[in-house]
Amino acid sequence: MSPAATGTITYREACRQAIRDALLADPQAFLMGEDVGRYGGCYAVTKGLLDEFGEDRIRDTPLSESAFVGAGIGAALAGLHPIVEIMTVNFSLLALDQIVNNAATIPHMSGGQFAVPLVIRIATGGGRRVAAQHSHSLEGWYAHIPGLRVLAPAVVEDARYMLAAALADPNPVLIFEHVMLYNMEGALDPSVNAVDIARAKIRRAGSNVSLIAYGNGLIKALAAAELLSAEGIAAEVVDLRVLRPLDTATILASVAKTRRVVIVDEGWKSGSLSAEIGVRIAEEGFFDLDAPLRRVCGREVPMPYAAHLEDAALPQPADIAAAARGLVRPGRT
Amino acid sequence: MSAKIHLDRTHLHHLLRQMIRIRHFEMKCVELYQAQKIVGFLHLYDGEEAVSVGVIEALTPEDAIVGTYREHGQALARGIAMDRLMAEMMGKLEGCCRGRGGSMHIFDRAKRFYGGNAIVGGGLPLAVGVALADKRRGLNAVTACFFGDGAVDEGEFHESLNLASLWQLPVLFVCENNLYSMGMALERAEAETDVSRKAASYRIPAVVVDGMDVVAVEAAARRAVEQIRSGGGPQFLECRTYRFRAHSMYDAELYRTKQEVEAWRKKGPIARFRNWLQESGLIHQEEVQRIETEVDTEIAAAVAFAEAGTLEPVEELERFVTMEGVPP
Repeated sequence: MSPAATGTITYREACRQAIRDALLADPQAFLMGEDVGRYGGCYAVTKGLLDEFGEDRIRDTPLSESAFVGAGIGAALAGLHPIVEIMTVNFSLLALDQIVNNAATIPHMSGGQFAVPLVIRIATGGGRRVAAQHSHSLEGWYAHIPGLRVLAPAVVEDARYMLAAALADPNPVLIFEHVMLYNMEGALDPSVNAVDIARAKIRRAGSNVSLIAYGNGLIKALAAAELLSAEGIAAEVVDLRVLRPLDTATILASVAKTRRVVIVDEGWKSGSLSAEIGVRIAEEGFFDLDAPLRRVCGREVPMPYAAHLEDAALPQPADIAAAARGLVRPGRT
Repeated sequence: MSAKIHLDRTHLHHLLRQMIRIRHFEMKCVELYQAQKIVGFLHLYDGEEAVSVGVIEALTPEDAIVGTYREHGQALARGIAMDRLMAEMMGKLEGCCRGRGGSMHIFDRAKRFYGGNAIVGGGLPLAVGVALADKRRGLNAVTACFFGDGAVDEGEFHESLNLASLWQLPVLFVCENNLYSMGMALERAEAETDVSRKAASYRIPAVVVDGMDVVAVEAAARRAVEQIRSGGGPQFLECRTYRFRAHSMYDAELYRTKQEVEAWRKKGPIARFRNWLQESGLIHQEEVQRIETEVDTEIAAAVAFAEAGTLEPVEELERFVTMEGVPP
């Protein structure tokens, strides 16, 4: 919440304002999670909200992920609009039963009698030197589950406005906030006060190669595009934004334009979201391709603590640029 | 709704009828299962009828229920229409969940019946949430949450009891302790076999009741519900009962003796209650027969309704995976 440079806002502050707006706008909305109240949120996103809204609407929970996520589902079934915070994606595994077996199934299994208008905010991703139980990118697993909508805000505008759209959705929505982005600053366009949660977005236009990314991967893809630009390669950067349901149309349109693709995913390559995207391109955009698909993913290891090892385990701008270069100028990498 | 149980003939006959409805409905389900008109898993409530009948008598229509996968009894006692329940069992569009849920996943929004939950222990957090919503919305409603002794093994049991107690939520936890979680005997699964002590450790008032005695269950449930409504936070009812039949239709019952089952059958909730009523002059044999005949007529009508039901068009397979809106 440090005051950002004039006209800009941090991703953390954007998340905080989004929650505050939601609570002001909707009396049925409330927030619960571990240390969201008195502590102010483990990433300080919810600082100050307890004082403003009180303990009934900013609920500190015990370390019982399954119970408080399940309680969020039950409260949503019975007419409230809960926002549940899970401290980090690795902890969300303790609530996987509730998310997968209840939130995602009850609308369909009940024959449409019940909706689950629930939002779960989950911190995700690596880069903070906190090793293998706090650093993984498991959002691709959730993107596998029918019934869920999975969002990955990578810019402050999405951090600021995706929550309202998620709360308006009658379905369970998971918002993955990448831990490396909380301190990121960005400008908010004053003419924008809402975003869609259906479409991917082109963050940088280009004609030679498409870099498809999300979350902190987007920031690295944009950095890679800058490197490539200096070499005369125009990379188009696609921000997935929505991991489920995937906006295949925007992906295919970019592929049709650039004819070369690098998919960036911090998650492990095997059985990953990057694999899903690649196969969709192969199924529906095969004849638009001038080069094989390439992926830059997290290395298939539990995330190590030591900085040089963690950096090596994560996709980096140079890796992305190298993959793109190899497609555009084969033989000259 | 009074905390006192009305021991007049009408009410006692109603209790008997409700238990017979459940028993006979399930006997018909077994027939239909053997005829392969009901498929998948079929978990019978045979022997445990007094629990849901007694507890649900203590509730009003504004209260909520979270059931288990052995929930035919809970559903019928709640007043979910038998014909729609049977149609669900047979996978028909006219079923309460359009045939998507089947035996283990009965839902009925109008009856505030939140499943039909087939992950053991998974319903407890839901019940905490429903109760939280009701409390926040200012409803003086109780959420009755049914689960078996197997759920006591699960972390969700402990997390949910703690949360409900911590937040003083209006939940009536009802443990249908039938001594076995599938084939695992309680004393082989739990270091502390007194389930009510676990509830007490979360500062939830806990009562152990003879789950084979419908009047005792109703009386205990009424007292618990009254406490909850007066703002006393959650209550816990451990109903000691027994499952007369196999866990499901696939179970060879290698884990218990025939003698044990027979000994419990003698304590069966329906025979025992009916005999008591007859010996006390509160019901005549002809009245019992009339109830049975009427119940069998209701079941025959439910079967006919289900048989005549249609199949959901395959084109609708993906409908409701995501919802267009929150149902009113």
